[in-house]
Amino acid sequence: MTVMLLGKKIGMTQLYNDKGVIEPVTVIQAGPCTIMQVKNQETDGYTSLQLGYEDAKKSRRKKPQIGHAQKANTTVKRFVREVRTDGQPEQEPGEELTVKIFEGINYVDVIGTTKGKGFAGVMKRHGFKGMPASHGTERKHRHPGGIGSNSGSAGTGRGIRKGKKMAGHMGCTRKTTRNHRIVEIDEENNLIMVRGSVPGACNGYLMIQKSKTKQ
Amino acid sequence: MVSELIEKVEQKQLKKNKPQFDIGDTVDVHVRIVEGEKERVQVFNGTVIARKGYGINETFTVRRIVNNEGVERIFPVHSPSVVKVAVKRSGYTRRSKLYFLRQRAGKAVRLREVWTGKSDKKNIK
Repeated sequence: MTVMLLGKKIGMTQLYNDKGVIEPVTVIQAGPCTIMQVKNQETDGYTSLQLGYEDAKKSRRKKPQIGHAQKANTTVKRFVREVRTDGQPEQEPGEELTVKIFEGINYVDVIGTTKGKGFAGVMKRHGFKGMPASHGTERKHRHPGGIGSNSGSAGTGRGIRKGKKMAGHMGCTRKTTRNHRIVEIDEENNLIMVRGSVPGACNGYLMIQKSKTKQ
Repeated sequence: MVSELIEKVEQKQLKKNKPQFDIGDTVDVHVRIVEGEKERVQVFNGTVIARKGYGINETFTVRRIVNNEGVERIFPVHSPSVVKVAVKRSGYTRRSKLYFLRQRAGKAVRLREVWTGKSDKKNIK
């Protein structure tokens, strides 16, 4: 079964492991998530679980959303996402998933929305080296340099190649960070501590799922 | 601002008996060292010249002179490898960071001892 929970980034800290070595740790509040809907092969064409996290103000939600939540016999949720399952899931709508599902799992992937950086230049956005600091460079220290030439073989011919790395909006996109080791699980406070940093700012919504590549 | 939940997480690893010492104290820091299979305790003696951070991130800096060369080590207060901090001598100081000691050598490094009783009276200049 696919293991996923919705959650919220609380922040980062340091913890000592059993060897007494300090480790960077992100604290995530994962769940409890309510199952809003169970999708099946016959009616939906695929099988999945729809999860909801964190209660929302009823007056702030639209009527269809309230009705959708009522079907599962729960309150309206702020963060609703779907997770595909292999085969028909056993759970029923209205059931709750907690951090308990991560027991026995060593590594997780975390999906979140990165911090927005606004309109960023090529050095920040793509790691370009910029122009020299001296040797006659004038007011072009953070510029991208040439972006093409007229030659069809070596350069771009007419116009500029598609996908050429340039300045532009950076951040505020969905990103997955993989293979965070689970350091600790705190069932009482619905917390899960993972090693390393995860995308987004504190209080940002996250999806935490079992690692796809590492056991 | 640190969230309450993070404080709760850190709380478990904080030392219950936090070592008590002040800036300017001469201390023996007992450090647990693991060499392969073996484990032993090493003592680092020196003056506490700084204390930084709070909670689990709290650290202190100990300075000593070895072979005419200043050596500084930074220890996390709550680290399990810092077994014990024993105060050997309390130095009198008016500031919280004694970085000026780095510019000093020889006898000038000494700090006036804190007056604790009659026997110490002769140490006060």
